[in-house]
Amino acid sequence: MTTAQPEIRIPSPRAIAWQRRRVGTGRFLVAFSQYRTGLFGVGILVFFVAVALLAPVIFPHYLLDPNANLQNPAYASPTFDSYYWWLGTDDLGRSVMAELAWGTRPSLIVGLVASLIAMFLGTLVGIASGHFRGLFGASMERLTDWFLVLPFIPLVIVLQAVLGQTSIWITVLVLGITSWPGTARLVRAQTLSVEGRPYIERAKVLGNSDWKQMNRHVLPNVMPLVIANTTLTVAIVILSMTTLAFLGLLDPSTISWGGMLDDADATGAALQGAWWFLIPPGLCVIGVVLAFTLIGRTLEIVLNPRLGSE
Amino acid sequence: MAQLEPAGVSDAALDPTQGRVQRVSRVSGLGFFTLRRLLTGVGTMIFVLFVNFFIFQLLPGDPLARYKGARNISTADLEKLREQLDAPVWSQFFTYLKDPLQLNSYSTISGKPVWDVVASATPWTLILVGTATIAATIIGIWIGIKAGWDRGSRFDKWSTGFTLIFYATPEFWLGLLLILFFSTGFWIFPSIFPSGSNIGSGVDPWTFEGAISIAQHTVLPASALAAVYLADYSLIMRASMVDELGQDYLTTARAKGVMDRMIRRRHAVPNASLPTITLIFLNIGFIIGGAITVETVFSYPGLGLLTFQAIEEQDLPLLQALFLLFSVSVIVFNIIADIAIAMIDPRIRV
Repeated sequence: MTTAQPEIRIPSPRAIAWQRRRVGTGRFLVAFSQYRTGLFGVGILVFFVAVALLAPVIFPHYLLDPNANLQNPAYASPTFDSYYWWLGTDDLGRSVMAELAWGTRPSLIVGLVASLIAMFLGTLVGIASGHFRGLFGASMERLTDWFLVLPFIPLVIVLQAVLGQTSIWITVLVLGITSWPGTARLVRAQTLSVEGRPYIERAKVLGNSDWKQMNRHVLPNVMPLVIANTTLTVAIVILSMTTLAFLGLLDPSTISWGGMLDDADATGAALQGAWWFLIPPGLCVIGVVLAFTLIGRTLEIVLNPRLGSE
Repeated sequence: MAQLEPAGVSDAALDPTQGRVQRVSRVSGLGFFTLRRLLTGVGTMIFVLFVNFFIFQLLPGDPLARYKGARNISTADLEKLREQLDAPVWSQFFTYLKDPLQLNSYSTISGKPVWDVVASATPWTLILVGTATIAATIIGIWIGIKAGWDRGSRFDKWSTGFTLIFYATPEFWLGLLLILFFSTGFWIFPSIFPSGSNIGSGVDPWTFEGAISIAQHTVLPASALAAVYLADYSLIMRASMVDELGQDYLTTARAKGVMDRMIRRRHAVPNASLPTITLIFLNIGFIIGGAITVETVFSYPGLGLLTFQAIEEQDLPLLQALFLLFSVSVIVFNIIADIAIAMIDPRIRV
């Protein structure tokens, strides 16, 4: 006799994990959308990412070439003939609108890549210094403390000046390897609190390797904090990059907002009242930096329940 | 952290009449703390020297060719220098440690001793950074207190919005705008403040007229720096005020019938101000670095403009000296901050 067994399907661990992730993501999105400032930040960021992607389409590259714009007057006031000239021309007769749009690219690329480098280094050092007791952990902590007191902007300036301005990737490297100590300290504190929890003890007793303990148990728990912190790092990196560009330390072939302001300052745009070459690049910097700051602050609140509702 | 301490500690710490009993232990604890802090400071200092030495080792090219430049050096001397450079890096580092300040190095821009050049620029940066710090502290803390205490009020929303925008603003761009609006006489704005240098030409700084001129030349650059840093302070101050809002001792004070204004001033603000005070001290070291771009924009002849010129002209001895000075000032203010906080807050001295 065969009775139909009620079919109990036991989902695979992988399926359970994915199910949990889906629910988690959904909950996160709902929580994030409660914060208008965070959404505002996302909105600004989407706009700038779109501009960065579409820049070659809306502003042909010849608009940036000084030799192709020799017939244009320098610092021509804005006109409404074509959207190319809505913000007039710069000191070389180029379209300020086109430069603004193309300047979005280095800001976002340097900001994101350098922050990812900093995130990787900071997480590595932070977890290692929190996990390992004894000399290694202590020296990692000391190293973090030492790097924290190095004056950030002068350090970046000196490194960039020493390594040269041949490529934008040097800037990425310089900002990446100088921005990690803050993340490391944060991750270390969080690692220490995670390591006190019973499941780490269980993992240890079961004979998991140090690597597995850190990778499978500590890392997932510090990750939310790391992501929020990295978003805030992007904002600082973009500001620092603008400073570098303004000091003429960026690869000169790259069009960037800071570089535009450097040109404006060097050619006396303020004295000539050429506000269209002075004000917009700064507003763009503020826009992008504000976007990352707002998103980062919201992530901090959403991902770290202890901060509670603000 | 606050939950761990026994009830009433915060109130007792604020009560001046109860300080007498604790005073004995406070001094010795502080002494130990200070000593330990100074020792770690020495360690940090050595690390900074290490960085300052090795960063400049990264320079590509032949250092001797760079050093020789337009100088008149005999072949024998060059040989001697070459020998020094051929020594292993670590032994060069020890040679450097014997004279970390490089007292006999000369700035390649002006040909004067590096530390003379630095010393003549330092007072101007101190004036600028001092003014900016005082302004940023007063305004930032005031905004933070008011916004945090009336969380969610219209003042809170507007001030938080504005401070976030200022936080995202490059200092030098704000400087350029200030020049555009208040210096060149743009559109309807009159030209009120001078935009270049630190003092009117030919004015003696030690006269009354000179002081006025210095003040006029400081207003715009100091405002640009202050606006950016006050954003930092008011955000932190607001956050710590919000943290204090739900604390039991405030409820107790209210229950005793203390006026709201007094609760804020006497209870909440002292407890909430520690993180901001720490940040202010820590930032002093960093503002000096932040002054680089602002001084450049205003042609204000302090350490920042000097840094800019050193970069432009590849004056490496000067750049090395400036970087050392910036790092040391951060370390020194770090130590001062830690000790000041330990004096105010006994919980730190563990």
